[in-house]
Amino acid sequence: MSDLTLPVSERDHIQGPMTAPVTLVEYGDYQCPYCGQAYPIVKELQQRLGDRLCFAFRNFPLTQIHQHAQQAAEAAEAAGAQNKFWEMHDTLFEHQRALDDKHLKEYAAKLGLDESRFSREMAEHSYAVRLREDLLSGARSGVNGTPTFFINGERYDGSYDLVSLLSAIEDAAA
Amino acid sequence: MSKVKKEQGILNPTSVLGPGTPAPDFKLQSTPDQFVSLSEFRGSPVILAFYPADWSPVCGDQMALYNELLPEFHRFNAALIGISVDGVWCHLAFTKDRKLRFPLLADFEPKGAAAHTYGVYRQQDGICERALFVIDAKGTIRWSYVSPVGVNPGADGILTALEALPSKQEVTK
Repeated sequence: MSDLTLPVSERDHIQGPMTAPVTLVEYGDYQCPYCGQAYPIVKELQQRLGDRLCFAFRNFPLTQIHQHAQQAAEAAEAAGAQNKFWEMHDTLFEHQRALDDKHLKEYAAKLGLDESRFSREMAEHSYAVRLREDLLSGARSGVNGTPTFFINGERYDGSYDLVSLLSAIEDAAA
Repeated sequence: MSKVKKEQGILNPTSVLGPGTPAPDFKLQSTPDQFVSLSEFRGSPVILAFYPADWSPVCGDQMALYNELLPEFHRFNAALIGISVDGVWCHLAFTKDRKLRFPLLADFEPKGAAAHTYGVYRQQDGICERALFVIDAKGTIRWSYVSPVGVNPGADGILTALEALPSKQEVTK
């Protein structure tokens, strides 16, 4: 029923070729435990499918229930501006219980980011507008919680264990 | 006799109210000392979200999602109201826990009475359906949707319905 209203484009953070037969879009929240559970599953899918899968991650921070979700998402975008989106993305999901400002700065340093630029952009909320666009594109597309996945533009309502996702993706590729 | 008739009515609920129907008014408790009625909102659109129960799992929670999208609903000048059969103290605790910034009304006594007038009371379960209504500034239902109870319907339908409402100039007299 629900379809992705904002197609995957250069605007997105993408892993894998955009020409891949299957595009998987995740709307997620770095502080959401369910997204944390889905994180290694997506990695496994990418490993198994290789170039046959294009994966895009869009932020959908539920800021009212997750205290650090917004700043964590801003940190990923700030890292993205320095071409380290995915490195920060992985770090955040691997440290879901440590997403306060102090830790975010530590991660930026560890990833070798320009720290003063990172701090400035975090303080100025430079990516808040972009994050709002992501959130609204999700809301328009029928995102009803996190994580929500879209396979080739169609909302995936099944369970997000490896077997279910893999078979849905194989079906979409067929 | 009248009791039997009443029970039959509840057992065979009228179908869900659809577009073009005047939205039935209600007056329900929002806090231990406050009541909210639908008619108070006349002049601006209202989103009614009937839902089965407070305290569903956090991240997939419909009310948490709407709370996040409240600024977007406000862009359409629309008010959001959540309604379930939970009591007012339960709503209060839930609101506080989830930091909700819109009222939750208790359709508590007589249980499900408001839901019943909208055709969205599940007699067999004693809870409201997961049902959405977008009501225009004049109090007419413009869109309604009933989701399977276990499925969070998201907000896309609401946003589309709000967009389709006549412009403010047309609804103000």
